[in-house]
Amino acid sequence: MSGDKTENLSWIDKRFPLTETWRNHVSQYYAPKNLNFWSFFGSLAILTLVIQIVTGIWLAMNYKPDATLAFASVEYIMRDVDWGWLIRYMHSTGASMFFIVIYLHMFRALLWGSYRKPRELLWIIGVIVYLAMMATAFFGYLLPWGQMSYWGAQVIVNLFAAVPVVGDDLSVWVRGDYVISDATLNRFFAFHFLLPFIIAALVFLHIVALHHVGSNNPDGIEIKEGPKGNRWSDKAPADGIPFHPYYTVKDFMGAVVFLAIFSVIMFYAPTMGGIFLEAPNFQPANPMLTPPHIAPVWYFTPFYAMLRAVPPMWNSQFPGVVVMFGAILILFVLPWLDRSPVKSMRYKGPIFKTATAIFVVSFIALAWLGMQPASDFYTLLSQIFTALYFAFFLLMPIYSSLDKTKPVPERVTS
Amino acid sequence: MRKLIITALLLLSPGILLAAGAGPHLEKADIDLHDQGSLQRGAKYFVNYCMGCHSLQYMRYNRLAKDLDIDEVTLRETLLFGEAKPGDLMENAMRPEDALAWFGVAVPDLTLVTRWRSPDWVYTYLKSFYVDPTRPYGVNNVVFPAVGMPHGLSDLQGIQEPVMGHDAAGAPVVTGVRLVKQGRLSPQEYDAMVRDITAFLTYAGEPIQLERQRLGLYVLLFLGFLFIIAYLMKKEFWKDVH
Repeated sequence: MSGDKTENLSWIDKRFPLTETWRNHVSQYYAPKNLNFWSFFGSLAILTLVIQIVTGIWLAMNYKPDATLAFASVEYIMRDVDWGWLIRYMHSTGASMFFIVIYLHMFRALLWGSYRKPRELLWIIGVIVYLAMMATAFFGYLLPWGQMSYWGAQVIVNLFAAVPVVGDDLSVWVRGDYVISDATLNRFFAFHFLLPFIIAALVFLHIVALHHVGSNNPDGIEIKEGPKGNRWSDKAPADGIPFHPYYTVKDFMGAVVFLAIFSVIMFYAPTMGGIFLEAPNFQPANPMLTPPHIAPVWYFTPFYAMLRAVPPMWNSQFPGVVVMFGAILILFVLPWLDRSPVKSMRYKGPIFKTATAIFVVSFIALAWLGMQPASDFYTLLSQIFTALYFAFFLLMPIYSSLDKTKPVPERVTS
Repeated sequence: MRKLIITALLLLSPGILLAAGAGPHLEKADIDLHDQGSLQRGAKYFVNYCMGCHSLQYMRYNRLAKDLDIDEVTLRETLLFGEAKPGDLMENAMRPEDALAWFGVAVPDLTLVTRWRSPDWVYTYLKSFYVDPTRPYGVNNVVFPAVGMPHGLSDLQGIQEPVMGHDAAGAPVVTGVRLVKQGRLSPQEYDAMVRDITAFLTYAGEPIQLERQRLGLYVLLFLGFLFIIAYLMKKEFWKDVH
């Protein structure tokens, strides 16, 4: 029997590099041995993407992308489709969990300096994945065709109308109509179905780039540049251990904990107090009735707060739109803003640590402010935190080179 | 790092508290979804008093019967009227154009009302009608000013007058109600009835909710068990990593 197996495998290997791929990327891919809690979020992001794609396909089997039927079809899934409620809650909870995981994954990159040379492209591909996720989430949020779906989309698509000269035509082109309508719902459904597969392809590129440069670690030390030779290979980095079985068993453990947290939300608080599923979205979209307070879902609110923080200039909202998109686009140049001689936060000095703390507080504060009805005081706060958000990036070349760093050890610490 | 996260969370916490309060004061509905009797009475009241105008267009009669332990004979005798069949959605007979002519607005469907308002809102709303001669049907509501709906339960509750107060700017506002003439039910009986209706509507908003919570426990127990295995496996494999 075992002879057959080897023979079959060699038949495949002659035609497709199965064993070689498995070795290069799993069983003989050497990851640093000192990866900690923060390293769970990469594999969890893949897990969440798979959950979203699988539940999404099953939802699409009963969902109707038609303005007169969409809302009722969601309730049909919740009530009449076998296990439909579970699939729908998995998908709605999964959307928010995906963003939580990605925000923590990005924060980990910030802690370990994973955007620094030689990982600039790895980081940039990641930012593109994040942009694609935001687009997917935005398209998907219209599909239940509730009040917040409708008016949230109305507000965001109107941002395109703020673009000088071509704005009005552009927003009509995006909607396919003068208001959000059935035409908009149909195209948003098409894009919402397509984008996750583009994300999957981008994730593939992300991993190709990762495995080419090697995984970073909490010390920000390149294990490939350190001494060679471990128990498995003479040529492998001394501080590396095979991804499989070490990190597969570790990530499995992380996945179980993650699924438990996921389940607590899904089974006991699927709306998360109106944060994951906003209460007004249980009312069907009504183009004649603007809700008193329109707020996007929590993962967009930091950027929404920035949009509202910028006052209209020259009779145009465009500056606010520029600031909002600028807040995301600035992530692309992060690798070249950090001039610190060290990568990891562990060895960075007090200025960089303080700046990061202010940045995290600003981001969370903006997320909260973006959920609140606008008031003068909140707008002022949003302006302050928006300024702090951008200061973290724009002043980084200065403070990162001034900062007093600690010496980096030769080898990874455990 | 840990300090950083804790600081961030602490800075966030007053925001979560602030977000809670807004709008008129709502009484606690204090419903019990495990109380089948309450849900059954609520279903009966709803069908008899509310469904003349309000539909439950996503709810099926037989689903309700199954979940609330109502047998088919009782279902047919007490809940099904006219042409309705057990497998039908609980759609009502009032045409939208009639509603528009009679009440000035389309009568809202109530399947999800407790999800986009809240159970407390529905409970308080049903207790907050007061006499207001300026309104077409002679009544107004504290939690829904200038509501188009007449007080469908007024012969049961009786007549309430507004209690006036002042808002922050000093302008007069209705802050509460006072019962001036009791109807066929005592205030306690009326509260119980409204509570039953609220409980039923909360059930109807998400019929699966009790099953969801029951199932969640088994899923978490399984994941807890799986974690033990995953943890031991990780520990075993990582023994030789130093």
